[in-house]
Amino acid sequence: MNDFRLFPVQASTLAPQVDYLFFFLVALTVFFTVAIAATIVAFMIRFKRRSHDERPHGIHGSNLLEFAWSIIPFIISIGIFGWGAVLYANIRRPPDDALYVNVVGKQWMWKVQHMEGRREINELHIPVGKPVQVTLASEDVIHSFYVPAFRTKMDAVPGRYTLTWFEATQPGEYHLFCAEYCGTLHSGMIGKIIAMDPPAFQAWLAGDKGVSVAEAGAQLFQQQGCASCHLGGPGARGPLLGGIFGKTVKLTDGRTVTVDDNYLRESILNPQAKLVEGYQPIMPTFQGLLSEESVMQLIAYVKSLPPAGAEAPSSAKAHSGAEAH
Amino acid sequence: MNTAIDTRPKDEPTTYLNADYTVRSWLLTVDHKRIAILYLVSISIFFLVGAIFAGLIRLELLTPRGDLVQSDTYNKLFTMHGVVMIFFFLVPSIPAVLGNFLIPLMIGARDLAFPRINLLSWYIFMIGAGFALYAMITGGLDTGWTFYTPFSTSASTTNVIPAALGVFITGFSSILTGLNFIVTIHTMRAPGLTWMRLPLFVWAHYATSLIMILGTPVLAITILLVAVERGLHLGFFDPKLGGDPILFQHLFWFYSHPAVYIMILPGMGVISELVTAFSRKRVFGYAFIAVSSLMIAVLGFVVWGHHMFTSGQSVYVGMVFSFLSMAVAIPSAVKVFNWTATLYKGSVSWDSPMLYALGFIGLFTIGGLTGLFLATLGLDVHVHDTYFVVAHFHYVMVGGAIMAYLGGIHFWWPKITGRMYPEALAKVAGVIVFLGFNLTFFPQFIVGYLGMPRRYHVYPDEFQVLNVMSTAGATILGIGYLLPMLYLPWSLRFGERAIANPWGAAGLEWETASPPPTENFVRTPIVTAEAYDYETSVQFPPAPANGSMKEAAVG
Amino acid sequence: MAELAAHAHHDVNVAHQFDDAEQQKESVTVGMWAFLVNEVMFFGGLFGLYIVYRFLHPTAFQHASHHLDVTLGTFNTAVLIGSSLTMALAVHAAQMSHNRFRQIFWVMATVVLGSVFLGVKVYEYYHKWVDHLIPGPNFHWPDAGEAHAVQIFYSLYFAMTGLHALHMIIGVGIMAWLMWAMWKGRFGPAYHNPVEVCGLYWHFVDIVWIFLFPLLYLIGRH
Repeated sequence: MNDFRLFPVQASTLAPQVDYLFFFLVALTVFFTVAIAATIVAFMIRFKRRSHDERPHGIHGSNLLEFAWSIIPFIISIGIFGWGAVLYANIRRPPDDALYVNVVGKQWMWKVQHMEGRREINELHIPVGKPVQVTLASEDVIHSFYVPAFRTKMDAVPGRYTLTWFEATQPGEYHLFCAEYCGTLHSGMIGKIIAMDPPAFQAWLAGDKGVSVAEAGAQLFQQQGCASCHLGGPGARGPLLGGIFGKTVKLTDGRTVTVDDNYLRESILNPQAKLVEGYQPIMPTFQGLLSEESVMQLIAYVKSLPPAGAEAPSSAKAHSGAEAH
Repeated sequence: MNTAIDTRPKDEPTTYLNADYTVRSWLLTVDHKRIAILYLVSISIFFLVGAIFAGLIRLELLTPRGDLVQSDTYNKLFTMHGVVMIFFFLVPSIPAVLGNFLIPLMIGARDLAFPRINLLSWYIFMIGAGFALYAMITGGLDTGWTFYTPFSTSASTTNVIPAALGVFITGFSSILTGLNFIVTIHTMRAPGLTWMRLPLFVWAHYATSLIMILGTPVLAITILLVAVERGLHLGFFDPKLGGDPILFQHLFWFYSHPAVYIMILPGMGVISELVTAFSRKRVFGYAFIAVSSLMIAVLGFVVWGHHMFTSGQSVYVGMVFSFLSMAVAIPSAVKVFNWTATLYKGSVSWDSPMLYALGFIGLFTIGGLTGLFLATLGLDVHVHDTYFVVAHFHYVMVGGAIMAYLGGIHFWWPKITGRMYPEALAKVAGVIVFLGFNLTFFPQFIVGYLGMPRRYHVYPDEFQVLNVMSTAGATILGIGYLLPMLYLPWSLRFGERAIANPWGAAGLEWETASPPPTENFVRTPIVTAEAYDYETSVQFPPAPANGSMKEAAVG
Repeated sequence: MAELAAHAHHDVNVAHQFDDAEQQKESVTVGMWAFLVNEVMFFGGLFGLYIVYRFLHPTAFQHASHHLDVTLGTFNTAVLIGSSLTMALAVHAAQMSHNRFRQIFWVMATVVLGSVFLGVKVYEYYHKWVDHLIPGPNFHWPDAGEAHAVQIFYSLYFAMTGLHALHMIIGVGIMAWLMWAMWKGRFGPAYHNPVEVCGLYWHFVDIVWIFLFPLLYLIGRH
């Protein structure tokens, strides 16, 4: 990984697509720069001043030319825009069958949690040939999760989740950089992405048995007293959470909202912000009581719950891992 | 006038420079030309300070490890380099020095509309600079020049508040300058000088002033809120106080992207003047260049979101901003094509200001086109916040704005000081700057695409070769900048005396003496022709008598 | 391309850089309008923040707004509109005659109304202090769930009304200068541009309040 090179390795399905666009733009830049520079040099020589009182009579303008050199670059730039936009839509929309990983940025390290429970710091093991979706959070300032070999980057912004995804194409170790300046050891906030063949990855994942993220969430769900209101039963005063993920709910002020990671996060930390219709604003805030990782665990648990109507789980264990596969 | 120290020769006419020699006459002057000189001296000092920071940064990056300074020091260096160069050099550079000096001369006015406000804006600038210097001397600032929240409001332990106040205060200097220019251009034009006869330099400054008035106050309030949030704990941006850090970025870039045009538009105005003067031709497509300045100013306000393609904003918002950013490239392209076409069938001289101008066109073309890479959504995700961005904006700001500034300073030096500079040295300096610049910043495009993030103190070994090239280039660039800083002051005493119009250039500023008298024109000129009327009325200087014109004459 | 026109005789009220009173008047007026556009953008940043946060926290903003005193707000609005009237009358007085007492009377009335406004504002701020509604360590809001959003509301409240009050204070300073110039007998039918542009400034400051009042005090009241 320490060899001098002029072009980054292509290690994800995305990389060649970004590179094609890059090459196209490089070609365009070279073309225009060379054309303009050559014209200037040619004119400088051809029309070099011959006597000190030379008084040239040249042309002053041409609407046709002006029109041409406004419209042609415009059409080219629309083309570039379209190409870039399609690619961007692809970069921002993870495939449905992706493997989920939670990553929390913190001055100055990356904390990784695999759904099955294995945790790492400044390293992220992933399988080759399988899309991986990363949910990013930050505990302090803005960081940015950047893997040059995958041509992908996404900011980790405090106060919300952001998503990114990639699919590695060849095993190896790749740089994981923090690309958003975050203080003293910003340049030390470097990690490694370790892409492995799927069997090796499975073996690695099983190497350190911990509680799965959803299980950890289930424990928190009990400890923090969420269960008394949110799992049905006689004392339930909050919405049933089973199967709620991905649904659209109506709020007290008439708006509707889709239940996604960010909405669940907000509802835990700032419950009154978007209150579901028919419920009282009685839930306390958990701001300052739960770490970003704990909130992520709770969300994983909520996602793992079976739809309302089905039997409430006696133990979360049954659902662990459902997430990842 | 204090006659006791009046040492000028008996036959020398009174000019704005020798009208009075006291310190008081400089510090309390309301003459736009003297205020321009005050700015020239102050921003030259800031340029030197910013350049020293840049030099230390490049020295540190010579090796992948942090051997020269600690991480905290490095972070302060790049922050202070950015703050000084942007707020205290680039933003005021061309407008406050050349614009201040030339706009009244170019439009045939005796002064700007509000001379005392003009002086006030210099004092405000110096007070703001004082705050910033205080922040730097007493511990520095490490937020990056962008002051991103929540780092700046809660994590940084450095002097954010004084630095933010410095930027806030300096903003008013730029607002007042813009206001003065707008009013002056509207109401003080000489008889016969219609809008479509204005020099393009004036058009460019008009567009710039619009941005100063519309954009700067938004930055001012945003930076002030950062200081208030940090000092008084009023919550605006910090998520811990319920705020949204991305909102800061929106407000910040709403100003700061147009601010990029504050820095480059005046440079474009300078280039329009140089290209016409040294090809002795009316500029190609006058109206298109004039209008493109306004287009850039207007479109510049609707593209800020392209700084946030990786911040998690919605895909559709990203698309809108990407599309608009593409659109802003068109007026810039139009300018480049028109400048190039102006040379066609001209009488092109190779005098040093022209070399700077042509250097500008080449470097700005690269800077502008690489801007397309960053405006392209799918590609920006990879290159955002890497050295690719650093290279891009240095091509525009250093290869563009500073090249234009140097070209302009050389071109108008005889007018400002009444002295010619050594032409051969100026050419050598121009070539050194051009080569040094490319060696410094071109490798950064490559290292950026390789993935080296910006603002990195230590970096992986594989990026070293390109960084060494960059540092070597910076050394050459430094020598290139040092030369004019030596021979220009030298020329003040030893340079040949300049005649009123040494270049044979069109424009009202060349019709008055060099240096101009305090009241600018003995009689208010009446304008009867379009700008750049080289075909009929311009008087060319007498043949080779003038040393600096020899080459042009011989060629 | 040259010929021209002497600097003409210089009127004491025309600065050296202008050709005549007409050009000076036009310059000063264009300058003031450009300055006001700049001011709109200055407040615009805060209004932008307000819009975004109100959209994000509609209910908390309503609840927070209910703690502002509408009666005092309404009273202040009336006072400020009154001061715009007296300012307009001051401009009128300067346009009509050299009567400096009449001119000074109306400017004085404007200053008095402006001071009443500021006094009421100080009283309101004091009450926010007593009620622990000043953002920072002493801030207290009974409903912890929406405390953050309410704190943002009050941060914006203090930033916006504080900036507005600062403009009022500067305005009062300008009025003091104006009265001094009036006392010197500077203004009359022939020359009154400074009074007009000061008036423009004062009206602008009033208009800002006309926007602030409903946005801060009247949310969610029907």
